[in-house]
Amino acid sequence: MTTTPEVVAAPARRHLTTRGRRWRPDRAGAPIVLALVLIGGTLVFGDSFASAQNFGNIALDSSYLLLIATGMTLVILSGGIDLSVGSLLALAGVLTAYGARWGSIAAVVLPLLVCAAFGLANGLLIARARIAPFIVTLAALLFARGLAFAVADEGNTVYIIPADLTLTRLGQARWLGLHAPVWLALLAFAVGVVILNRTRFGQAVFAVGDNQEAAELMGLPVARVRLLVYVASAVLAGVAGVLVAAQTQSGLPTIGEGRELEAIAAVVIGGTLLSGGAGSLSGTLAGVLLLKVIQNLINQVGTLTAYYQQVVSGTFLIVVVLIQSRLARRRLR
Amino acid sequence: MLDTLRRRRDRADVLRFLQVGGVYVATALILAFNLFFTPNFATLANLRLQLVQVAPVAIVAIGMALVIATEGIDLSVGSTMAISAALLPLYIGYGVWPAIAVALVAGVAVGAVNGSLVAFAGMQPIIATLGVLVAGRGLALVFANGRLTELFDPTLDALGNESVLGVPISVLLVVTVAAIAGVVVRRAAFGRQLVAVGGNRAAANLAGLPVKRTLVAVYVVSGVLAAAAGVLSTARQGASDPSFVGLLIELSAITAVVVGGTPLSGGRVRILGTLTGALLMQLITATVIQQNLPDSTARMIQAAIIVAAVYVQRGRSRA
Repeated sequence: MTTTPEVVAAPARRHLTTRGRRWRPDRAGAPIVLALVLIGGTLVFGDSFASAQNFGNIALDSSYLLLIATGMTLVILSGGIDLSVGSLLALAGVLTAYGARWGSIAAVVLPLLVCAAFGLANGLLIARARIAPFIVTLAALLFARGLAFAVADEGNTVYIIPADLTLTRLGQARWLGLHAPVWLALLAFAVGVVILNRTRFGQAVFAVGDNQEAAELMGLPVARVRLLVYVASAVLAGVAGVLVAAQTQSGLPTIGEGRELEAIAAVVIGGTLLSGGAGSLSGTLAGVLLLKVIQNLINQVGTLTAYYQQVVSGTFLIVVVLIQSRLARRRLR
Repeated sequence: MLDTLRRRRDRADVLRFLQVGGVYVATALILAFNLFFTPNFATLANLRLQLVQVAPVAIVAIGMALVIATEGIDLSVGSTMAISAALLPLYIGYGVWPAIAVALVAGVAVGAVNGSLVAFAGMQPIIATLGVLVAGRGLALVFANGRLTELFDPTLDALGNESVLGVPISVLLVVTVAAIAGVVVRRAAFGRQLVAVGGNRAAANLAGLPVKRTLVAVYVVSGVLAAAAGVLSTARQGASDPSFVGLLIELSAITAVVVGGTPLSGGRVRILGTLTGALLMQLITATVIQQNLPDSTARMIQAAIIVAAVYVQRGRSRA
């Protein structure tokens, strides 16, 4: 973040930019660990890990999570949480496959509209009716999963996306060696960074998450900000669902279970505080990559079963958060 | 003037009644609906089946209610169930009771980890127990090598499928646990402490309450109850299935607690409401299935009920 010459909303902005510029060891944890893990992985496994193809796989695997985690970062920064994204991913996938009969545009627009509606409902219930985000998005988790199963005829019908559809070709295309979902996730991430750091809306997200009453007193549109972050999160989950469907050429109502928890883990590992108001999207990117690189490394160890992947991921989340809170506490002293 | 005041008071009374008794009314309504419209609903076999099916969720939900009363949350309960289920076949060679004891001790251990992370390391409960959720399921799969193991043990089978005086053993267990929890919450010092910790942690600290010890204890209780639910599910299925036992049960348990009138913001706990909340969700699923509607409809109705329940409670939980 750099200072901007604009004078409007100066108090909030100055406060935030000085905080952003200071060296924060508790926030830089994830990139440092990521670098160490990458170096360690290369030293131990050599080319089987550090190959263009393997990195391409990690990038593709990370792209869906990055899309969801980008939205989740906005939501968590505003002081909320969104549990519905895993189910929305599945719903969007099913709707993409369902809508493919009417062509590519329908296959993209239908799921994104439905997801936006879910985000709007989440946001209205949270920001206007003032119900706890955890509860609202838990209900949305159930509802979206139910709807996905209903559309897919209780899982008995698997809608297939034709291979010659424009969506399939675009979704499976590769540019400069990277899959299309990777480019899209990076684009969403970049847009997110700009919005969060360079726009009034982004600064309002920080302010609302930091202290909602204070933000209200400053005259910020608190309810609108809280509503929009849920719409953004839901739409990004929808994009991830469309991309998964385009990759697999089908829509399954069972996918995406637990993805919301993975995204929350990535955001928290990236140094964003769950209480809102402090954190960064770049940290989230590091968190996403860290989770996926570690999963990849464990798969490289032939003797370890995939179950250890979960053990390591869970322990890792706890250890990283512990270290971060220790560092943050030391800084405060 | 007097008239409008009275009307306003009446409305407040209705709202308060809905806040406290909404879950009971909803459960009564759905029972009544089934009595009239669902053939073969009011049979002893069916009622018993509903109660047996809700037993594991109910036990987990009681632990969850206690944790939520301290302004915490325990996402790891499903994984604790899986660990407990995975340990049973490994130790059943020493006899069924030692195996169950090992499973429950594992629940204590998981709870102690959660509680220490929350109380001593100061981690947010949702993060600490999320880490344990992910790691715990993996650990259970490592223990069991990812396999389903069938168990042929008469005692275990009895625990899952037999009745005493016509009441299934698992249901008796739920009633016992709920009764103990209810007494503890109302009468015991521990119950007062956990509500005080959830209501205002700083005040509880200043009042000299053992805040950290209370927090560790409440997560240990939740862990043990989850482990017991794991034993119960395994006993009922006659097989230990660590990949699927307790999957997503944390969501069902949280739903039961919240629908039952315990606010997520802590400082209040309703044991009977939690049990009724669990029963309500079970009855919704059962009704939908018995009306030949698809399962997905049940989820959507449940979602609507969660939002409605919390919406009417909203005024109270903020106060």
